[in-house]
Amino acid sequence: MCRPLARRRARIGRKGRPMVERNAEARAADNAAQIDALVNEKYRYGFVTDIESDFAPKGLSEDIVRFISAKKNEPQWLLDWRLKAYRLWLSLGPEEPAWAKISYPKIDYQDAYYYAAPKSTGPKSLDEVDPELLKTYEKLGIPLAERAALAGIAVDAVFDSVSVATTFKDKLASMGVIFCSISEAVREHPELVRKYLGSVVPYADNFFATLNSAVFTDGSFVYIPKGVRCPMELSTYFRINAAKTGQFERTLIIADEGSHVSYLEGCTAPMRDENQLHAAVVELVALDDAEIKYSTVQNWYPGDAEGKGGIYNFVTKRGACRGRNSKISWTQVETGSAITWKYPSCILQGDHSVGEFYSIAITNNRQQADTGTKMIHIGKNTSSRIISKGISAGRSSATYRGLVRVLPGAEGARNHTQCDSLLIGPNCAAHTVPYIESRNPSAHIEHEATTSKISDDQLFYCRSRGIGTEDAVALIVNGFCREVLQVLPMEFAVEAQKLVGVSLEGSVG
Amino acid sequence: MLEIKNLHATVDGREILNGLDLTIGAGQVHAVMGPNGSGKSTLSYVLAGREGYQVTEGSVTFEGRDLLALKPEERARAGIFLAFQYPVEVPGVASATFLKTAVNAVRKARGEKEYDAFEFLKLAKAKREALGISEEMMKRALNVGFSGGEKKRNEVMQMMLLEPKFMVLDETDSGLDVDALRVVAAGVNAMRRADRSMLVITHYQRLLDYITPDVVHILSRGRIVRSGGPDLARELEAKGYAGVMPVAAA
Repeated sequence: MCRPLARRRARIGRKGRPMVERNAEARAADNAAQIDALVNEKYRYGFVTDIESDFAPKGLSEDIVRFISAKKNEPQWLLDWRLKAYRLWLSLGPEEPAWAKISYPKIDYQDAYYYAAPKSTGPKSLDEVDPELLKTYEKLGIPLAERAALAGIAVDAVFDSVSVATTFKDKLASMGVIFCSISEAVREHPELVRKYLGSVVPYADNFFATLNSAVFTDGSFVYIPKGVRCPMELSTYFRINAAKTGQFERTLIIADEGSHVSYLEGCTAPMRDENQLHAAVVELVALDDAEIKYSTVQNWYPGDAEGKGGIYNFVTKRGACRGRNSKISWTQVETGSAITWKYPSCILQGDHSVGEFYSIAITNNRQQADTGTKMIHIGKNTSSRIISKGISAGRSSATYRGLVRVLPGAEGARNHTQCDSLLIGPNCAAHTVPYIESRNPSAHIEHEATTSKISDDQLFYCRSRGIGTEDAVALIVNGFCREVLQVLPMEFAVEAQKLVGVSLEGSVG
Repeated sequence: MLEIKNLHATVDGREILNGLDLTIGAGQVHAVMGPNGSGKSTLSYVLAGREGYQVTEGSVTFEGRDLLALKPEERARAGIFLAFQYPVEVPGVASATFLKTAVNAVRKARGEKEYDAFEFLKLAKAKREALGISEEMMKRALNVGFSGGEKKRNEVMQMMLLEPKFMVLDETDSGLDVDALRVVAAGVNAMRRADRSMLVITHYQRLLDYITPDVVHILSRGRIVRSGGPDLARELEAKGYAGVMPVAAA
């Protein structure tokens, strides 16, 4: 979530000192103070925007798939692809995957809308965007008007099923960087979309990815040309607004040879009593010597303390390191959603390619998370690093599920996995399920795991120094997550630290 | 400043403090000495408000307020500080971050302006240097992998930065060699002021060679059985606990 970035930047720079003068110690201390100030917030993105929307008729059918495709004026090949996916999905039962450690009532796929778009949108300039939408994003802390926009960050704003605005598009275009909604990319850059769409996550990949392939509505598209270092952070802000609507976005990022991009995504939704489905697909492709850093702060509405409502976040994210020396890093801070089911993965195809996965997953109340990663080593001397920090509180359950697979040709592959769980209170659960498969004797694979609790001693020690219980929990949890927070882009890290405190509110008696 | 009256406290249903009376005036340093199991640590935890230490009878008044009605963090903000016998490890939280959070929590409660990172580090520098604490140590996770001496010096640094009105030193001398003891004691002595009081809890007279108390109390089976001047500590050192106890208590 990229909410108060602009404000924070201004604050950090208030003394007019360049950032480099500030040492890490000062920054850490400063960050902790910001947590203090903000830790007492509740879920503050739960509002609903009152805006007239176009809906597809309720339910899912071949007609709905055609409706979505027609709405977006898509070429025939894409409609055909969607229909192939839809027919496959139908043949799946619909029978969802059952291996994850999550439980929820059966989803009625006919009782939801698959397309909702504010009536006023269309491909237009920022000046023409509905003021109600601008206000919404303003309220979320993301001004879209460029004069007020976040310095150094270009934003694509996705509202329900459509992208409503993308900032700094022209500036990026001057360097050859394409950053737009995927619908626009289908129209403007069909050759790129056709070449890469489904090339990392095929439409037949899994139940939710297949569903997404059939009904995906919008999402972001990024192409970084050869040798270009993207001059600003790219960011997509996903907002679910309409009731009974699923969000099925699709994001595709291609980093051509020798290029570099850092991409952030944030998500929020109104507080509602019914569950809403979010089934996204993200595909990343890194060619020779290219690097993609993908960071997520997921703060979908988690449901109330009794587990009522909240988003089902069933997401497929995968990156292909196709080129030599390419690198893909996933960093995620998962605090929201009633249920999280996601495994951002790397296929390390190019020799010497590198995959990284840094994760903080926090569950409180009745939340459930089954999350982790897959690192598939195919090329020679490929390496991967996994650091997972799971924090469970309340009656929640957090599972780390990870696969490290080394194929016979992956001479000299290396992996290091560190998987730590922290329990808060007596009623939560943490599980670690690592799968390790090595078919090459030269591979080095390390797996470390710990489970700990926040002890009464630690809490008392903090309190005896004047730090209140909730602040103490936030402080200790932030310490536990430090290795992951460190790899987030800096402004994002502050936001994430704060979120850690907020989502654990009320977790200690 | 602090008045303890007829204090009874239990831990796991076992009575540890058994009618303890103690009055400490502003600017005074009192030492409480006692054998193992006499209730020394229980007294310090009761004053700091640790859960599980149940007060069943009696009262503790701090500057006219009912101390026992306050939560641990409220006591700290009111000016009570406990230097732990065994400081707790907090992995991942840099010592500097912890301290700044604590100092600002206390300042906020007092209606004072919170320090930003620069102000805080400047303030901390003078204190840590006096105690021989390196900048590197401030960046390390709080108490994790600290030696016994480092932990105790860190406690004293926290105390200096929090500027409490009433300090409880719980066996601060344990685990210290003579050199470290000198440094720590110098730090504590530098804090002595007319409006600040101290309760020094210790097993041995050794610490009292460096921190001279105004009054020495002997604690036995949960109550004060004898009080006197600094000489009492020396008498205790020479004769042992059995030798200094009044006949009825021994």
